[in-house]
Amino acid sequence: MMADTVVMADRRVSRLSKFGRWFRSDLRGAISLSFLVLLMLISALAPWVSPYVPTAQDFNATMAPLSAEHWLGADDLGRDTLSRLIYGGTASLYASFLAVAVAIVIGVPVGLLAGYLGGWVDEVISRIIDSFLSFPAIVLAIAVTGALGIGLTNGMISVGIVFAPQLARLVRARTLVVRHELYVDSARCFGASTGRILWRHVLPNTIQPVIVQVTLLLAGALLAEASLSFLGLGIQPPNASWGAMLARAYQNMEIAPEQMYPPGLAILFTALAFNALGESLRVALDPTMKRR
Amino acid sequence: MSLSRKRNIIVRRLLQAVPVIVLSTFIVFGLLKLVPGDVAVTLAGDNASDERIAEIQHIYGLDRPFLVQYGVWLWKAVQGDLSSSLVSSESVLSSIERCFPHTLLIVFLAMAMALIIGIPLGIAAASRPGSSTDGFVMTVASLGVAIPNFWLGMLLVAFFALDLNWLPATGAVPISEDFWGAIGHAILPACALAAGGIAEVARQLRSSLVEIMSSQQVRTLHAKGLSPSAILWRHGLKNVSVNLLTVISLLFNRMLAATVVVEAVFAIPGMGNLIVNAAIHRDFPVVQGVVFAMVLIVVALNLVTDVLYSILDPRIR
Repeated sequence: MMADTVVMADRRVSRLSKFGRWFRSDLRGAISLSFLVLLMLISALAPWVSPYVPTAQDFNATMAPLSAEHWLGADDLGRDTLSRLIYGGTASLYASFLAVAVAIVIGVPVGLLAGYLGGWVDEVISRIIDSFLSFPAIVLAIAVTGALGIGLTNGMISVGIVFAPQLARLVRARTLVVRHELYVDSARCFGASTGRILWRHVLPNTIQPVIVQVTLLLAGALLAEASLSFLGLGIQPPNASWGAMLARAYQNMEIAPEQMYPPGLAILFTALAFNALGESLRVALDPTMKRR
Repeated sequence: MSLSRKRNIIVRRLLQAVPVIVLSTFIVFGLLKLVPGDVAVTLAGDNASDERIAEIQHIYGLDRPFLVQYGVWLWKAVQGDLSSSLVSSESVLSSIERCFPHTLLIVFLAMAMALIIGIPLGIAAASRPGSSTDGFVMTVASLGVAIPNFWLGMLLVAFFALDLNWLPATGAVPISEDFWGAIGHAILPACALAAGGIAEVARQLRSSLVEIMSSQQVRTLHAKGLSPSAILWRHGLKNVSVNLLTVISLLFNRMLAATVVVEAVFAIPGMGNLIVNAAIHRDFPVVQGVVFAMVLIVVALNLVTDVLYSILDPRIR
């Protein structure tokens, strides 16, 4: 038992040092990860770090320019832009993670089943995936949001539904390869149930490309949230998200054009960070690319 | 290639497209039926009697089983009858005919920009992988992928329309009435839309060119003593043309989606505008009709791509 603990501790240390090596060797990935971690910390601590209440209106500060009291100015209702940016980040990140979680919950099991069972199940699921992928994603998300009812959560569930087929297709393709591996056959010989085989043997071996794709999907979900909220189908006033802030700033563009930079840049940098992290993970996790 | 073989390919692809169209319209029909609450109750307005609601359900066929409703809708849709809007009672088909040209103009302009700018960038990057040119192009490309195109649209309006006053900020003119006016209105939205496209074209072209240039076939050409530029232009690009075709059809699909939000920025009465308003007002016949039209377009485009593929690349049966 002692020996076991030592081995486990050893493994943990080696993982940590592996991570440390990656962190030092991949500057782009390291910067992206640090940025995202910082962003999530700020979002989680929003009530403590934001200088004002994001929905508090101060009519003395209407359209206030950048100043010591309002670092990023204020909007047409005198609401502090920095505070709204911080709270908006919380909403935008929550929305992205929600959409991707929905996509994982639907896409991964469906892909596993299609790839593992094969036959007519695979045929039917693959046709459904093809059909989903044949319409423009955001258009479908808009249609579904209209049906479910307008709101941030419903909107992001729709985006998740639209993203799910992409994950399902990826997992299916990996499962097709993995299911004929020796360790899967031997697990079957030992009498493991289908569920156990999928969970313990197939899933862990399909997970790496999924991690990469999920990171890239987070960027897509962030942009989708911004689009839906900009169109008025996402977050509802008085709450802020980056997309909704842009919509507001656009209405007042002729009076205060500088108000459209903070939320726009926030979306741009966050999407860039997710994409860059995804690319870094792809290189770090892919054994064929490591050898080069 | 013989004419009859070409015809066979086309016929087979057409037959394969039918289930996709049926299935995808079925999916949308099903998703729209997830509506919490009854559409008929919404339509009947406040304080409607139960009889009135039942009457409305009957008029719109909402009292029939789901599959029958879908069958009736599909049968009419195939004949060109997409029923009419619940809000304005305009026929859905004529709404689409009115809105679609605006969208198509922007998408075509954006596609042209993506190719005209993206292809040289991709070639420049691939001709010397790892160089500073390559690094610059790839940085621009990752910016282009991550920038929200409606924000780019807002920046363009602020700069070119409001500050410089070069181009109209918003609105659209039908191309049949005033050709140059229509183009002038479409340039800024097309630029906003093209950013992602330029990035995508440059990236894909670079990666497939780099792959081909490191293949054995190209090594042989080097050994034969051909100059690197001759290899790139004569052998590299010829092999890449097929990949480019895939990128174009993928881009078209993506631009069709992105135009929804860009149209909102520029207040263009296109397909995006149509579907967003319909979704907000829960005008389901319009939502269903627009999605149907888009699916048809995307499927048709994939069909054309597939056929061109099999003509360009003899390895594909």
